[in-house]
Amino acid sequence: MTLDSLAFQMINGLASASGLFFVAAGLSIIFGVTRIVNMAHGAFYMLGLYLAVTLADRLPGPFGYWGGLLLAALAVGLLGAAVEVLLLRRIYHVPELYQLVATFALALILNDAALWIWGPEDLLGPRAPGLKGSIELLGRRLPDYDVFLALAGPAVLLALHLLMKRTRFGRTVRAATQDREMVAALGINQALLFTAVFALGAFLAGLGGALQTAREPANLNLDLAVLGDAFVVVVIGGMGSIPGAYVAAVLVALVKALCIALGTVEIAGWAFNMTKLTLVAEFLVMALVLVLRPQGLFGRPHGAPARGLASEAPLRPMGGTGLALAGAALVAALAVPLVATAWAYAPVLALDMLIAVIFAASLHLLMGPGGMASFGHAAYFGLGAYGTALAATGLGLPTLPAFGIGILAAGAGALVFGWFCVRLEGVYLAMLTLAFAQIVWSVAFQWEEVTGGSNGLIGIWPDWPFDSRTGLYLAALAVAVVVLCLIRRLIFAPFGHALRAGRDARLRAEASGIDVARIRWLGFLVSGLVAGAAGGLYAFAKGSISPETLTVGRSIDALVMVLLGGLGSPAGPVLGAGAFTLLQDTVMRETDYWRALLGVLILALVLLFPGGIAGGRLRR
Amino acid sequence: MTAQLLEIQGLEAWYGPAQALFGLSLAVGRGEAVALIGRNGAGKSTTLKAVMGLVRRRAGRLALDGADISALPTHHIARLGVGYVPEDRRIFTELTAEENLDLARRPGRDGSDRWPTERLFALFPNLAELRRRRGDAMSGGEQQMLAVARALVGNPELLLLDEPSEGVAPIIVEEMTTAFRTLKADGLSILLSEQNVALCAELCDRAYHIDQGELRWSGPMADASSIVE
Amino acid sequence: MSEVPVSGVPVLSVDNIAKAYGGVQALGGVSFEVRAGELLALIGPNGAGKSTCFNVVNGQIRPDAGTVRLAGRDITGMPPRAIARLGVGRTFQIAAVFGSLTVLANVETALAAARGKSFGLWRPQAGMARAQALDLLDQTGIAALAGRPAAGLAYGDVKRLELAIALAGSPRLLLMDEPTAGMGAHERLALIGLVRRLAAAHGLAVLFTEHSMDVVFGHASRVVVLARGRVIADGSVEAVRADPRVRAIYLGHAGTEAGA
Repeated sequence: MTLDSLAFQMINGLASASGLFFVAAGLSIIFGVTRIVNMAHGAFYMLGLYLAVTLADRLPGPFGYWGGLLLAALAVGLLGAAVEVLLLRRIYHVPELYQLVATFALALILNDAALWIWGPEDLLGPRAPGLKGSIELLGRRLPDYDVFLALAGPAVLLALHLLMKRTRFGRTVRAATQDREMVAALGINQALLFTAVFALGAFLAGLGGALQTAREPANLNLDLAVLGDAFVVVVIGGMGSIPGAYVAAVLVALVKALCIALGTVEIAGWAFNMTKLTLVAEFLVMALVLVLRPQGLFGRPHGAPARGLASEAPLRPMGGTGLALAGAALVAALAVPLVATAWAYAPVLALDMLIAVIFAASLHLLMGPGGMASFGHAAYFGLGAYGTALAATGLGLPTLPAFGIGILAAGAGALVFGWFCVRLEGVYLAMLTLAFAQIVWSVAFQWEEVTGGSNGLIGIWPDWPFDSRTGLYLAALAVAVVVLCLIRRLIFAPFGHALRAGRDARLRAEASGIDVARIRWLGFLVSGLVAGAAGGLYAFAKGSISPETLTVGRSIDALVMVLLGGLGSPAGPVLGAGAFTLLQDTVMRETDYWRALLGVLILALVLLFPGGIAGGRLRR
Repeated sequence: MTAQLLEIQGLEAWYGPAQALFGLSLAVGRGEAVALIGRNGAGKSTTLKAVMGLVRRRAGRLALDGADISALPTHHIARLGVGYVPEDRRIFTELTAEENLDLARRPGRDGSDRWPTERLFALFPNLAELRRRRGDAMSGGEQQMLAVARALVGNPELLLLDEPSEGVAPIIVEEMTTAFRTLKADGLSILLSEQNVALCAELCDRAYHIDQGELRWSGPMADASSIVE
Repeated sequence: MSEVPVSGVPVLSVDNIAKAYGGVQALGGVSFEVRAGELLALIGPNGAGKSTCFNVVNGQIRPDAGTVRLAGRDITGMPPRAIARLGVGRTFQIAAVFGSLTVLANVETALAAARGKSFGLWRPQAGMARAQALDLLDQTGIAALAGRPAAGLAYGDVKRLELAIALAGSPRLLLMDEPTAGMGAHERLALIGLVRRLAAAHGLAVLFTEHSMDVVFGHASRVVVLARGRVIADGSVEAVRADPRVRAIYLGHAGTEAGA
């Protein structure tokens, strides 16, 4: 490692830290006052960049560039205000989970809006006037614009500091972050305050995006990539702390810079390429912080979490009708191969449905009885898929052992990630699961030697007797039946009761001697294993996998399936997954804008059924 | 008797499943100071919170100056001239005393500002020295004075005082009692929730005794004091 | 069932515990004992240190000094779960039960936890300890509600169910934080009467905080009064009621009228 290469990487790192800081600060301010974690914050960043690229190109002269950036950020701020008035005001009183899902639906709609306006191609903005050159530092050439961005972070930090300390608005925000109720008791209109705060947060995200104009092309994947990073930063820095967000953004950027600058090092005779570590660097920093200071570097300890969901009705053992329906469903499922001659697509669709059912059942176990909302369940699905695929193609293992390895890989992931996740609650847990999933995704995307990078892995075909459509379908059916029966046993066993007890009243459960964290950890493990089975089946069903297999979109699909079917019933994920897959394979195939469609569907569900979507709810 | 400034009829309130108030009725006239006495947990704080619209689940009628306020949001009730000094003071600890006051300052319903800084500091001389001190660096007594001052700069007509003497040194209690008497002489209506009956006796005309969320007794303050002796 | 300890050894003995928060002395050397079959009320004005004291005993807070002993065994600084396993049950000020389970399953879950079977993955829980669970529901007077969802119960029944859950651990010591808060006057006396009967039947020691003086004076075996982190009185109901310091600091006018 040379000192100049480190310095170069650091400036580069600080430049990216600035953009990330803006997003995280906005997220933090909004959460502090409104207690809503805005899943659409990455979309605001992305829109800021798209708008800035468009405006900077259209407006004339140097003013055009900088004016365009500012206009773009302001427009995003305005959009934020509109979103607060039209959407968020309707969901402040619904359970936390639905707030998360609703803002995520918004992110889906905004993403498709961007697709509709700007098209699928990456959009490169103009170079910044006056900052096209580079300066020399320690013999390396640094782009002027990176230096500018590196300085923009602290400048905005200072501006925010002054805003918070010196203005009435800032004082109100600080006061409301501490005690919203008291602020209202002093005659301050919360509705206006919330709108203003949301607009400010959106403006910051938009600015973060707009400032990237001369640095990176606008593309449709940015929203989720930035959101995941911002969550990591917020968890490290502490929710609600602006300086915390900056320190965390810089810390993550610097650790990455250090990894790149170190290059290949020899540790005990092993050549170890440190640059590969950049992907997991932020994960490692976050893990360390969570272990040492769960509330983040600058955060205050979080109190008891808001209750996630309305109470559900007690689960009863399956009665005669239930058994008859389950039997009928099984017979129908067994009959699917018979109709294949008449309707060739039937086994394909049915296999997709089975995989979705297994995946949704896995998430349901975690979210329903476990009370842990995972926004990154695709991680375990993906680990199962990649584990199976690598074992089958790379190691050349037969189908069954490869499938087993996939399941174990997912279980290992769930064991590690779950250890951290069960220490958190509510939105913190949701953010952490999403961040973990983003990390798995980037590893799959960037570790080309092993995962094949963006091309993924191909030629994952099962051997006899699973090498026919029917054979694989029946195997999947067997797995689904085993999984559903297993989960049912678990739910009615003491473990399932302890899991629900910990969700319903954590302190009460612990006072009765239940080790809630370990019970949850075990729940995480089981859920991960089952998701891995779904992923393994998926790999064999498709024959090829890519990082697309474990995008956040897949996590959200599972969430929608579970919510569609209802959290309160073990049959929910089966029905939800079935309905969703049918919808996806028919209606959504017909349009390029299926994300927006999905988003509208989710919003409709949340706004029309705020107390919960499908049966099994108690009257209050 | 003139129209009541605050009138509560059949007030019930819950925290989650637990009921805290059972059909409470009381009234505060213009310029009158009324004591709400009872032990910890009797429902005094809940009553004041319910007036401010801070209890999510409640039933019954709340009227201010004859107008129904039971469905209004908290900030609206505050703007109608209700000043609230909460039980645990709830000072914004990361803000300085001055910032706490600035946040709360707003003209009265008639547009007047009866509490310019000089007058406020004349009432609470200590506060002048504490202007730039953060809330978390103040003693309990200092915070209590700031909480009262913060309610005053909103130019209220009715002041809700929740246990102002709790956890405060006797000397400060005396100072505050004097201040409250000044406020009353100034025409402010006061609803004082307090366990310290001596303080109530110094200030109030009438008293309500509540216990376990129910009204047990009401009458002239002098009679309430006689129970203690 | 729970054995009655050798008489003479208190079930709970709190010896000179102290706790300060950033310079504020919440507890300044508090000592008291609770014996089997006894209901000890811990009372005092807000901020007197009742909650801190309570949380030190159940393990949520580690004291700066002093020891807490359970039947002679030092449990100071143990985590709440470990203390629960040693036979300390508790109820919360706002009663907490497992809303999505039936009343019966609430108690069965607590029984399974008490037997260390919470990680049982295969055998259904229902039936493992049904008779014992029903017996506990019977003792707390809600056996008729066994099949109902806990979330739909009236608050008085929630309190009783929580008591049954706490008893499922076969505790020697029961900690009750404001057991009758949030209940009407009639219900609260019925509940504390029930606690008294159960304590006598099982040889339980009960430590409770309470603001309702008719409950304290009508049912406590003994009263400890805290003020500013210190014990200012410890004795029989009559002695504490007559104590001029207690009346000045805490009871005021209430001491004379209540509990008639």
